[in-house]
Amino acid sequence: MKFVDEFRDANRALQVIEYIHNTSRRQTRLMEFCGGHTVSIMKNGIRQLMPKNIEMLSGPGCPVCVTSTTDIDRAIALADLTDVIVTSFGDMIRVPGNQSTLQIAKAKGSDIRVVYSVLDALRIARENPEKRVVFIGIGFETTAPTVAAALIQAERDNIQNFFVLCLHKVCPPIMKAILDLGEVRLNGIVCPGHVSAVIGSRPYEFIARDYNIACVVSGFEPLDILQAVAMLVKQIEKEKYSVEIAYRRGVKVDGNPQALKLMDQVFEISDADWRGIGIVPASGLRINRNYQRFDAETNFDIRTNPANEPAGCQCGNILRGASTPKDCKLFGFSCTPEHPIGPCMVSTEGTCAAYYQYGGKIGH
Amino acid sequence: MCLAIPALVDSIDGEKAIVSIEGVRREISIQLTPEAETGDYVLLHAGFAIGILDETEALQTLDMLRQVLEVR
Repeated sequence: MKFVDEFRDANRALQVIEYIHNTSRRQTRLMEFCGGHTVSIMKNGIRQLMPKNIEMLSGPGCPVCVTSTTDIDRAIALADLTDVIVTSFGDMIRVPGNQSTLQIAKAKGSDIRVVYSVLDALRIARENPEKRVVFIGIGFETTAPTVAAALIQAERDNIQNFFVLCLHKVCPPIMKAILDLGEVRLNGIVCPGHVSAVIGSRPYEFIARDYNIACVVSGFEPLDILQAVAMLVKQIEKEKYSVEIAYRRGVKVDGNPQALKLMDQVFEISDADWRGIGIVPASGLRINRNYQRFDAETNFDIRTNPANEPAGCQCGNILRGASTPKDCKLFGFSCTPEHPIGPCMVSTEGTCAAYYQYGGKIGH
Repeated sequence: MCLAIPALVDSIDGEKAIVSIEGVRREISIQLTPEAETGDYVLLHAGFAIGILDETEALQTLDMLRQVLEVR
């Protein structure tokens, strides 16, 4: 078992597709929250394989895309300081803030370094004791425990020059916010796979119970997603809603207790600013009092100007599932992966980038 | 962003492990999965194992899929 090829079996996939076509009768609207799912769905042409009565929407599950313009501006402001090295995951580098991007700031001379892991950022801090090293902490519950683990290491090794700009966000509250907005009526949710590897499946139970919406935690291979859709369809047709796990090889009901423990040790729940959505209560993480000396927020005086979204950009609506990229006049014309205007075109997991790459470049 | 890929644990040294991903070897942290053992497949995300893949569950999923399709 290699945990990959087995879940790309075309024959089995065709059988699941047939099952979905034979079983689904109702008008059904599903949303996948995770950007990784959006990419897999687009790449494997899963939307086109669905019966006409099943509509699949993308949600706000790309951490790069939902980072607010103000937060991008704050990262750039940090990079402007002469004794600071800013470290970031690569996706963030090209995301437009109010005026600029980290990439432009780097071209102008700021020391900005792309890292694969927060541990690389911690190593840069060890190697450059005369500089202050700031890691831009983005990501959902999948990534947050890795940053918690790094902060615990930094504390243990008494690293004085390492800081995190903590922009981490958590999924269940934003799912609730999207549902409460009432812009899109959903029948089922493809719940994120690797977020759930950490948090488990229990945090989604309120969605099935209070909103009568089917929930299935899915993996990322084509067969995983088809299986999740089949399970959602079955729940929807029977009108019996619950949280099920299709991705059982990677997700336990209670998640990863060790990862949750480390997150709890370092972070506390806070409000968070989501691009296109605004401030959502209790939807983010901030560094708690015990680790405050690593918090870029409290250790730097960061000032930014009020933010404006680029004219005509539909990213906000797209992130809420209220529009698709094809509703945006910029999509495929002035906004392309080479020259992105909004964040959903920058990240490879952004809805617009995935549509552009796999779903037809121009939709008009 | 939440991409995680299966990686085979080759050896363990404290909080660190050497894993193979399609034949490529690299060092990762197993701080989040202290119970990982040599021979396990872990889910690798941003330099960390965030979970251990469960082969029994994987086989059961494939089996369940077969049953669902047969019952209908």
